[in-house]
Amino acid sequence: MTLVGVASTVSSALIRTRLSAWSLTAIAVGTVAVTVVLFAATPMQGRVAFLLFAAALYVTALTTVSALVEGRRRAKDRLVTSIVVACSGAAVLPLIAVLGFTIAKGTAVLSGSFLTHTMRGVAEQDANGGIYQAIIGTLEQVGLATLMAVPFGLLVAIYLVEYSSGRFGRFVSFFVDVMTGLPSIVAGLFIFALWILALGQSFSGFAGSMALTVLMLPTVVRSAEEMLKIVPDSLREGSYALGIQKWVTVVRIVLPSALAGIVTGVMLAIARVTGETAPLLVTVFGNPALNFNPFSGAQASLPLFVFSEAGLPNETAINRAWAAALVLILVVLVLNVVARVLARLVSVRS
Amino acid sequence: MAKNVQMKDVDIYYGKFHAVQGVNLSVPPRAVTAFIGPSGCGKSTVLRTINRMHEVIPGARVEGRVELDGEDIYRPGVDPVEVRRAVGMVFQRPNPFPTMSIRDNVVAGLKLQRVNDKAQLNEVTERSLRAANLWNEVKDRLGKPGGSLSGGQQQRLCIARAIAVQPDVLLMDEPCSALDPISTLAIEDLIGKLKQDYTIVIVTHNMQQAARVSDRTGFFNLLAVDKPGRLVELDDTEKIFSNPTEKATEDYISGRFG
Ligand SMILES: Nc1ncnc2c1ncn2[C@@H]1O[C@H](COP(=O)(O)OP(=O)(O)O)[C@@H](O)[C@H]1O
Ligand SMILES: [Mg+2]
Repeated sequence: MTLVGVASTVSSALIRTRLSAWSLTAIAVGTVAVTVVLFAATPMQGRVAFLLFAAALYVTALTTVSALVEGRRRAKDRLVTSIVVACSGAAVLPLIAVLGFTIAKGTAVLSGSFLTHTMRGVAEQDANGGIYQAIIGTLEQVGLATLMAVPFGLLVAIYLVEYSSGRFGRFVSFFVDVMTGLPSIVAGLFIFALWILALGQSFSGFAGSMALTVLMLPTVVRSAEEMLKIVPDSLREGSYALGIQKWVTVVRIVLPSALAGIVTGVMLAIARVTGETAPLLVTVFGNPALNFNPFSGAQASLPLFVFSEAGLPNETAINRAWAAALVLILVVLVLNVVARVLARLVSVRS
Repeated sequence: MAKNVQMKDVDIYYGKFHAVQGVNLSVPPRAVTAFIGPSGCGKSTVLRTINRMHEVIPGARVEGRVELDGEDIYRPGVDPVEVRRAVGMVFQRPNPFPTMSIRDNVVAGLKLQRVNDKAQLNEVTERSLRAANLWNEVKDRLGKPGGSLSGGQQQRLCIARAIAVQPDVLLMDEPCSALDPISTLAIEDLIGKLKQDYTIVIVTHNMQQAARVSDRTGFFNLLAVDKPGRLVELDDTEKIFSNPTEKATEDYISGRFG
């Protein structure tokens, strides 16, 4: 008997009144009603203002009621939870807006023929024409940049994590950090000055991919470095203790353990440079016709196409820009999905 | 196969920090030698100088002679990779390679040294796993990842991996401290079996374990706080636990300090 009595007092002390789903709904409905009345009766107007006002009112009412019914601690919890949810919503809102807008505008022009035709001989006010040349250009430029930046960056990261100890390592590390903040137009101008002005080469997809390489390199190095660093030393030592050479340990034990993270980092670096416009402006130049050869002559590219079409004082051209922007977003999206799938495929099995 | 290990006036440093001072010892082949002593007195440090793992840590260095059957493994020109092929090591925490299957873990040492003969690899896998008393438990899932085993099985996998390269000496740094009592027993049995073929040096915190598995026991201690560690005495296990020469050893064994 006593035991039961004790148990019941303890459990009753642990129970607190909580607002029911019903009362939460009531507060929400009440808030909206009050806002509607206020917007009708006072000079306040506008959809955005309505939403913001209603939300603020709801949070205030909820916190007050909660403080009265549930106590201070739960009231604080409700207030902070509301703020966190609101901020998270606000963070994805611009993203969804951009995406929605681009889809709405882009799908109007997007079609099979838009993807498979070039702009050769198409006047700016003509409705036909397409972005085949720009898709090819972007794929080639980004592909070449990846081929250059990934092995290069991986080697630097391996050097920094596995081999360097002294001043030179810190020096390299410092410059990688500085390069991370390099404005993309500067990378473009650097290649322009070196490759096109000083060495007398022509505009080309390859010149553009060199500029993109400069931009990718620090991202690849940094992400690979971080991933290699978190491979536990016990794995390296386990390998050394079997009499396995250091380089074999790095290639066969350390790299595979870090591969999932490295792949993700690389794909993000690729996704990032795929949207670069400024450095391409001064290196690949842009071209309405298809140029398959990335090593000679001006090429088109998706971001460049969006930039130039959007700048034309013409509705048809601007619509083409939207469609190209949508394709660009899709390309980046596909890359991100591929990154995730790849990362999952190569990740540590357990 | 099994070789003896000798240390002559060995001093071990981590950068400027003098971790261990003046170690002289002799480890006989085909026997188990245990290192005991309080934490931080340098047992692991001494162990890791026997297969040149100490120098993996930046700034770490060793002075004096460490001999494998009379051959100084620190003399100029010696390749640490070759030393480690002759002196295998098992660590405190099981560290199977997470990206490899059980089979690949066992033969990692051979495969990464370019042995590609399928039949030979299979033969080594079975022999090593049998030697490590693990074969019956894993023979039906050799393709599963090494991380899918229990802690005790992982540790036996690491032992199988170490003996697959047929070393002369096997070092074990508290191989049971992360394991449950049943797994500990399994590993102790295994050590008793392995000493027929190998020179075994084991660091342990558990004095009963030292008494159970070892033939010789070395007691390490700190000279004083912030002073280097040293080897107080090394003798037959029976003698150390019944009638040690040094007072410090007796105090430690009887639980009066440490
Ligand atoms: N990586 C390291 N860097 C610097 N000092 C270390 C390192 N590892 C161990 N030490 C120091 O060396 C001494 C001996 O350590 P250790 O050999 O691990 O002791 P034990 O294994 O007997 O507990 C300790 O004072 C420890 O702090
Ligand atoms: Mg230790």
